[in-house]
Amino acid sequence: MARSSLKKRGGKMHQFIIIDPDLCTGCETCESVCSFVHDGEFNPINTRIHRVRIEPVFNIALACQKCEDAPCVRSCPEKALENDPDTGSVMVDNDKCNGCAYCVRACNFGVINLHIDSQKALICDLCESMKEDFIDPEVGRTEPQCIAVCPKEAISLKNVEQIGEETRMEAVKRLFGDVSKFGTK
Amino acid sequence: MSTAKKVTLPDEIKGYSQVRVDVDLTSGKINKSTLSGEFCRDWIGGYGFGAKILWDELKPGIDPLGPENIFVWAIGPFPTTILPTSSKYGVFAKSPLTGMFGMAISSGSVGAQARRAGINAIVVKGKAPEPVYMIIDDDDYYLEPCEKTVWGKGNFETEETLKDEFQDQRLAVMSIGKAGERLSKMACITNDRNRQAGRTGMGAVMGSKNLKAIAFRGTKGPKVAYPAEFYKIAKKLIKIANGPATAKYRDLGTPAGLTSYNKLGMMPTMNYREGTWEEIDKGTFSGDALNENWIVKKVACSQCSIACDHIAKVPKTHSEYPNLTASIDVEMCYSFGTNTGCADWPTIFKCVSLCDDLGIDAISGGVTASMACELYDLGLITKKDLGYELPFGSTTNLARFTEEMILGKGFAGEIFGDGCKQAGIRLEKMGRKNAGFYGMHIKGLEMPAFDIHGMTSFAVGVSVSVRGACHLRNGAYGLDAKGKFDRFGYDKALERGKAIIALEDIYAIIDSYVICKFTRGIYENDAEMAKVYELVTGIPHTEESINKRGAAILNLSKCFNIREGWTRADDHPPEKFFKEAHTKGPAKGVVLQEEGFQKLLSGYYEARGWDTKTGIPTDETLKSLGLDFVIGKLKPAGGK
Repeated sequence: MARSSLKKRGGKMHQFIIIDPDLCTGCETCESVCSFVHDGEFNPINTRIHRVRIEPVFNIALACQKCEDAPCVRSCPEKALENDPDTGSVMVDNDKCNGCAYCVRACNFGVINLHIDSQKALICDLCESMKEDFIDPEVGRTEPQCIAVCPKEAISLKNVEQIGEETRMEAVKRLFGDVSKFGTK
Repeated sequence: MSTAKKVTLPDEIKGYSQVRVDVDLTSGKINKSTLSGEFCRDWIGGYGFGAKILWDELKPGIDPLGPENIFVWAIGPFPTTILPTSSKYGVFAKSPLTGMFGMAISSGSVGAQARRAGINAIVVKGKAPEPVYMIIDDDDYYLEPCEKTVWGKGNFETEETLKDEFQDQRLAVMSIGKAGERLSKMACITNDRNRQAGRTGMGAVMGSKNLKAIAFRGTKGPKVAYPAEFYKIAKKLIKIANGPATAKYRDLGTPAGLTSYNKLGMMPTMNYREGTWEEIDKGTFSGDALNENWIVKKVACSQCSIACDHIAKVPKTHSEYPNLTASIDVEMCYSFGTNTGCADWPTIFKCVSLCDDLGIDAISGGVTASMACELYDLGLITKKDLGYELPFGSTTNLARFTEEMILGKGFAGEIFGDGCKQAGIRLEKMGRKNAGFYGMHIKGLEMPAFDIHGMTSFAVGVSVSVRGACHLRNGAYGLDAKGKFDRFGYDKALERGKAIIALEDIYAIIDSYVICKFTRGIYENDAEMAKVYELVTGIPHTEESINKRGAAILNLSKCFNIREGWTRADDHPPEKFFKEAHTKGPAKGVVLQEEGFQKLLSGYYEARGWDTKTGIPTDETLKSLGLDFVIGKLKPAGGK
């Protein structure tokens, strides 16, 4: 991932994990690796990114959308969840979290669950809390491991601006067809 | 052969759960025991576990469809890790199709869920007094009567029903359809809708035990012995698994082979009358046409980086099969396509879907249908017999025949419902002379998608396969396709034998690990494959020791066959390859030569360290592989 993609713009860092359903094959590698880099074992039930397969032909994965006024944060009776102002990620204070699962119910995307052993909320933090042992020495810092291993490069980290821009480009191509003709007289 | 150095066991083994579950269906008792470290080290997993357990515990000469048969389910140390293609499992029993060592391998989510439930092997004995399915829900193992629920249902509905009951879309279900229930010798096991443990009739063994399904789910994650090192190499392998090494499986998929094998005259057409087909020449029946017009999505099994599962869909406007989906690979394009002379894609999808749902092996099913088409063409079976016409190139009637064959209905079902070998026997009993000649099988298992008229190395490779006609025991077709030896000639018998063995030993390890053969090319060499095993398990196998174990596993399953009455004559291709030649293409006018074939076969036996006359492993060979326990027990029990 390029350094520029982690740059805060306008003081905000509203970035999230995006999965392209055209590329996603539903292989669950992201789930296995998510649990592995946090816990050292391959247990997709403890993942923070969740594969969804509807009929074999539709595959996608979902992770935290980093809502600005996040329902999970609002709903937590223990005030264990907090938006990190720098990254936008929802951080879980494991000392406060009591496993009540209100956040799981509050999340509109179903991307929160509780760790099967500790019963603490699991929310994607873009691998900020991954184990140091698994940091790629060539990268030298934490980065989302699901992106690093996704065999089909279906997962990416994007900010709102980028997504809008890409969607607009696609829309324009659909509306105008071959736009190169506009460059001719 | 030198004795490989002993591989020292670490204090603690990772990867393997080492849990063996014994199920006595007759009494309903379920027991749990521990697989020793030595057992895991020596028999690796999957195929190795199956071979050892069946050798030790199966009484020779028993009826494969009787309660004395033993159904073994096994995985290795890898499922649910991110090693590419690691979510695979194997099933093993005495085969009702061959009467010899039966084995089939499947993938999907079963291996991964089972591993998370903490299971390494399941050994099923006896017969349940009523139909049941088995649940493995973490440490909870139990049998559930199902006569009033899913018994009688297809595989697709069975899977959905069990998922709904558990309210868990991730529940992994392996089940049998009506074909397995009615003990069709061709019956398969289906899981994750599109994945099958198809070959050698393992579904019939489940059916004979009144075992409809096994469902798995688990919440326990395995650790590996060297996490950081394993993670590094796994990431590398995932990348390579999306590079050129696996392109043929990912892009067009294995149907790309239609064109390439057609060019070589190796694409079985019209029940092996020809090895080339004008529909392929024209480009209408090719991997390109299939992908361009029909494939809507490529889907992956759990933790697979390749995603080879090509899903075809018939448009909603189609008159006969609107919205039908089916999972297609080259074997189905052959079995129901080229080999029956059917170039109508929706018909092929329909036949495959029937096989997967109602539960027979789509290779055996298609090849048996191809036999029927040829017999119809020759007048050995008629419209009066079937109730409809069945020439080569049939469409609607091919689907009709297929359904009847699977369900055991009508003439098609009664005669062809147990595969080619039985169909031949039954028809000849009825006075249809020489009908068995048109059944393309070895040891009772129907041929895979290679026409061996001009493939003298693979003629040996496919004949010596322990489970009957199969391209995946040694992949020796590559020797012919790549021109390693004269594919029409019979020279270099010993060298060819050695080349086949080099493949066969590592293939035995791949089937024991269990991983997918599609990923063989992602490893730098066998040493790297051994390294991955060590990083996960902590057991320091090496290239040498792992290949030695591969040879031991292969030899043990071969000894199982000998004990069941195997003789040299069983390692023989169908007579048709010796008597009838293609009329066109690269192998035009060529037939296999008996003398030459036997010479090559002896070369293989010699390379294996087996008696070159009888094909039985010598005591010296058995000792060198640590198979001393086999010596003196190779008296055939009969019952093959």
